[in-house]
Amino acid sequence: METLTKRWMPTLVATLLLAAGAVRADDVIIDIIGGVEGAVPLAVVPFKSDSESERLGVDVAGIIGANLARSGRFDVLPREEIITTPDRLEAVRFSRWRALGVDHLVVGDMRSIGGGRFEVRYELLDVYQGRRVDGRRYRADERHVRVLAHTITDAVFEELTGIPGAFSTRIAYVAVEGDDDSRSYRLVVADSDGHRPQTILTSQEPLISPAWSPGRDRLAYVSFEGRRSEVFVQAVATGERQRVASFQGINSAPAWSPDGSRLAVTLSRGGSANIYIIDLESGVVDRLTDHWAIDTEAAWSPDGRWIYFTSDRGGQPQIYRVSPDGGRPERVTYDGRYNARPSISPDGEYMAMVHGRDGRYYIAVMDMETEHIRTITQGPYDESPSFAPNGTMIIYTAGGAADSRLKTASLHGGAIAPIRGGEEDEVQVREPAW
Amino acid sequence: MVNDRNWVLGRLGGGLVVAGTLVLAACAPTEVVEDVEAEPVAVEEHEPDAREVTERDPAEVEARRLREEAEARGLDPDDPLDAAILADPDSLLDTRRVHFAFDSSEIRDEDMPILEAHADFLAEHRSRRMIIEGHTDERGSREYNLALGERRAEAIKRILMANGVNGRQLEVVSYGEENPLVSASNEEAWAQNRRGELIYQ
Repeated sequence: METLTKRWMPTLVATLLLAAGAVRADDVIIDIIGGVEGAVPLAVVPFKSDSESERLGVDVAGIIGANLARSGRFDVLPREEIITTPDRLEAVRFSRWRALGVDHLVVGDMRSIGGGRFEVRYELLDVYQGRRVDGRRYRADERHVRVLAHTITDAVFEELTGIPGAFSTRIAYVAVEGDDDSRSYRLVVADSDGHRPQTILTSQEPLISPAWSPGRDRLAYVSFEGRRSEVFVQAVATGERQRVASFQGINSAPAWSPDGSRLAVTLSRGGSANIYIIDLESGVVDRLTDHWAIDTEAAWSPDGRWIYFTSDRGGQPQIYRVSPDGGRPERVTYDGRYNARPSISPDGEYMAMVHGRDGRYYIAVMDMETEHIRTITQGPYDESPSFAPNGTMIIYTAGGAADSRLKTASLHGGAIAPIRGGEEDEVQVREPAW
Repeated sequence: MVNDRNWVLGRLGGGLVVAGTLVLAACAPTEVVEDVEAEPVAVEEHEPDAREVTERDPAEVEARRLREEAEARGLDPDDPLDAAILADPDSLLDTRRVHFAFDSSEIRDEDMPILEAHADFLAEHRSRRMIIEGHTDERGSREYNLALGERRAEAIKRILMANGVNGRQLEVVSYGEENPLVSASNEEAWAQNRRGELIYQ
């Protein structure tokens, strides 16, 4: 897979290898494939650390650099090219960094403040103007130092792009272990880079299609624990869960309405698969589509005006849309023989989907205004795209049944990076929701 | 000779007394005589005549042989379904799986006789129930595949019902691409994974 990816490499490969001496099992090693034309060249200087911080072993600068590289908007200077390690504006000799072609610098330090707590300070510097653009100081207990690194990334990202960062948000995914005879499935919530995974549900039967509620406090998902598909909603903090769809036939593909009050689901009820809407408060179930073909994989537009879905009513899977109030569905995709699993960007301007071409499956993005479709991943078996809450990146599953992994791709640049996170190598990871 | 005897012993399984007798008849070593003498009461209490019949009646011997063979195949001669398979060496009831083309839920011509055989059996045995599982290969989106698996299972159900099976005997479940027979990404694996499973309850 990696070999294939490298052969396909279009423009640039930025490899971030963290300082060898500090590498731990949970350190991040990322190969970024692709990148934005005109990505901002930037360096994240290893943070000055006291001995307690060294012992903790969380490489804050490494996490920030990996995050920014993954976004596709930054060309992050490889660490081996960093010669001096200033920790504040006053210590920086800007001419050196100009010579390295770097526009911005992130510097900072980390120190223990006792009681298992740490203080982390960073500064964002403009190399050409030789001035401080931003800088903050944070405190956290040792378990949340990684979170601080994501918070700092969000601040830097917003300062330089004008778009709020989404690195401190969490992802959900399904981890699968075992062989054909016995598999176990875990529903996991983790940091956006896959670290600090927390299992919120374990099952011997398949789990698929987790979906965050708009308030990000609940997950809807499909579980086969009853030896058939059923839809559940689970509160992430308490683990309290509710079975919301358990009709005859399939119960699947939950999608939250933008206000979180309703779920669009796929039910077959002993006939063909159609889209239904469940009012979570009253439990009332309304049928939305009525066709002998397969209608599934609903996704609401953020303004609530449309429900996009996959249907093979035209002979092959294509994406259609219909008003949540009903009416005649209209076809949205025409390019290619296989378009499925729509996911709409938070600003409603883009739709990500699984795009099949010549027996290979890619993630593609359609500009809703121009209807132009662009493939942003390399295939051959990519699926389940999900937009970051700020719309700048898409997380998806790469690989087939025997070897599935999470990757992120940037919306515009196609920078592709694996999310290895906190799972062991032999664990298959798939069905991400961001 | 020795092998034959062991084979007989194996088939008769559980027949401690009979086994002792056969060993004695074959080579009569002292130890075995003692064995037989150690169990005379058991012989008397456990159908003493049955043993005589077993050894003499070829029909009964044949019946036992068939039973042993059935068990070796994992079949139960007392179960009507297994009995039907045992009665007919060419029975299609032994086949519990049909396959599909890519993104298709059409039953292949060569699979129709299999479904018809199961339909005939289910129609004759109204108390028997079957779960029809629909499965797909891994390609494309998971949720679409879940619906496709359902459509495959429903296609099988329609054929069975058209051949006289009561819908109440049948239950349809789709696993989509979640339970592959072969976890690999190649044409051969995909062809095996695109399937319907007929599971008698």
